Amino acid sequence: MAADINRTVETVFRIERARLIAGLTRIVRDVGLAEELAQDALVTALAEWPKSDVPDNPAAWLMAAAKRRAIDNLRRGKMMARKHADIGRDLDEASEHPAEAIEAALDDDVGDELLSLIFTACHPVLSPDARAALTLRLIGGLTTDEIARAFLVSEPTIAQRIVRAKATLREAGLAYEVPRGAGRAPRLASVLEVIYLIFNEGYAATAGDDLIRADLCAEAQRLGRILAGVAPDEPEVFGLLALMEIQASRLKARVGAQGEAIALPQQNRARWDRLLIRRGLAALERAVALGGENGPYALQAALAACHARAGSIAETDWRNIAQLYDRLRAVMPSPVVDLNRAVAHSMAFGPDAGLAMIADLEASPALRNYAPLWAAKGDFLLRAGRAGEAKAQFEQAAALSGNASERAFLLGRAAACGEAAGE
Amino acid sequence: MRVMVFVKATEDSEKGLQPTAETTKMFEAMGKFNEELVKAGVMLTGDGLKPSSQGKRIAFDGPKRSVIDGPFAETRELVAGYWIWEVKDMAEAVEWAKRCPNPMPGPSELEIRPFYEMADFADVVTPEIVERDGRLRDQLKDR
Repeated sequence: MAADINRTVETVFRIERARLIAGLTRIVRDVGLAEELAQDALVTALAEWPKSDVPDNPAAWLMAAAKRRAIDNLRRGKMMARKHADIGRDLDEASEHPAEAIEAALDDDVGDELLSLIFTACHPVLSPDARAALTLRLIGGLTTDEIARAFLVSEPTIAQRIVRAKATLREAGLAYEVPRGAGRAPRLASVLEVIYLIFNEGYAATAGDDLIRADLCAEAQRLGRILAGVAPDEPEVFGLLALMEIQASRLKARVGAQGEAIALPQQNRARWDRLLIRRGLAALERAVALGGENGPYALQAALAACHARAGSIAETDWRNIAQLYDRLRAVMPSPVVDLNRAVAHSMAFGPDAGLAMIADLEASPALRNYAPLWAAKGDFLLRAGRAGEAKAQFEQAAALSGNASERAFLLGRAAACGEAAGE
Repeated sequence: MRVMVFVKATEDSEKGLQPTAETTKMFEAMGKFNEELVKAGVMLTGDGLKPSSQGKRIAFDGPKRSVIDGPFAETRELVAGYWIWEVKDMAEAVEWAKRCPNPMPGPSELEIRPFYEMADFADVVTPEIVERDGRLRDQLKDR
């Protein structure tokens, strides 16, 4: 029975943790201290609930316990030692009527507090790795051990990364507010970057990996959904959410029975998750309705949506994909986008269109050693009826590939070109 | 993990929507609860179902199919609504379900059932299924 109650306490705490930390951060202006105070509330609950049974509203109980902790903390004057001017100002008000001041702070819009905690954890003063670790810890509620396993690094490394990140935030003397005005866009970009980084870590997980790695996709989607709840007017939030939902819809289809990776054209589309596709398309619609159709995430989501809507590769709307890549290139220029654009144009307008676009890329140092460039060129040449020339491209791609099964696949294509060319 | 949460039917739900103050209040409370679920990133989808009098069953017996019209008798085993949630574990699903307002005027029940995941199939999937999957993919490739 006591074990049951402990499990309830821990589960309720896990659900409420981010909101508790968010509310406490606003009062004590230190995420590290706020996390400790929230943890204290958990310890109190673990001691109290088995005696008095689980309260009717356990979330409110935890918040009240956390508030008391914050009040005690203020009374002990620990905060006085801190020298930030804004803390002094808050303390002037708070020390007169500490309980009321905290009450007022905690009754502020909870969504705003959570959003401000997300912005803080993803603050640009931190490296992207530190932001990801801190976000997973504070918002996702993952343990340092889970984060370490997910990112394939040692636990002390992650623990230290999080401690340093909290110290950096403390020393930076931040306002702990939701950024508005001109400062908002770069801060939001930093948040979206972190969430997508977490998603891609999960997406890169392979069959032999710890399951927690693959769970990062679900964690990032959850973060994206939470963010959409507290920032419902930001088009790129919905663009990113749409992108993640649609990409995640293919997770089951992209691994074969032997654990091998299956590329999109070969995937069994019956295994795509229709619920996630539906959610992704709805999020994309929302991004567009908010005026964000040319945002980098919304455009990538629109590209993913083209595939999600098509019953097969042949039924894919390649002209639409080609023009989406034209637009993506304008807002997110990169050699890889250029290569994908060339592939899309080859599918929409024929292999010669692809060859014309790829000619510029061949000269660029960025892609010279990039296997997919030469594989794409081989494919264009083969489709243009130039099998002999295509063979050399596939061989070049195979020589550059770092992946054994990909290399075998490319050498197979080269051999087929040789036969087609009558060698 | 993904779970489906069923709202089990009662004699009230089998009567269909009643335009009472109580119903309005329940919908309000349920709307708030759904909002919480969405904001926590938990709710993927959900809906209410019409009474079984509007439903049909298709019974299978070997090659035979017969259609049975509702309503169906075993009220407590019927479903009146559902959600699909994404949660970390069953304990979290249970905590969220406990926060749900009572969906019915009288005593009622929610039932939480986890979805099968890829890992569950590792020991069950036969070589034939793997092969058929491969064939399906080949057909798609040829299209």
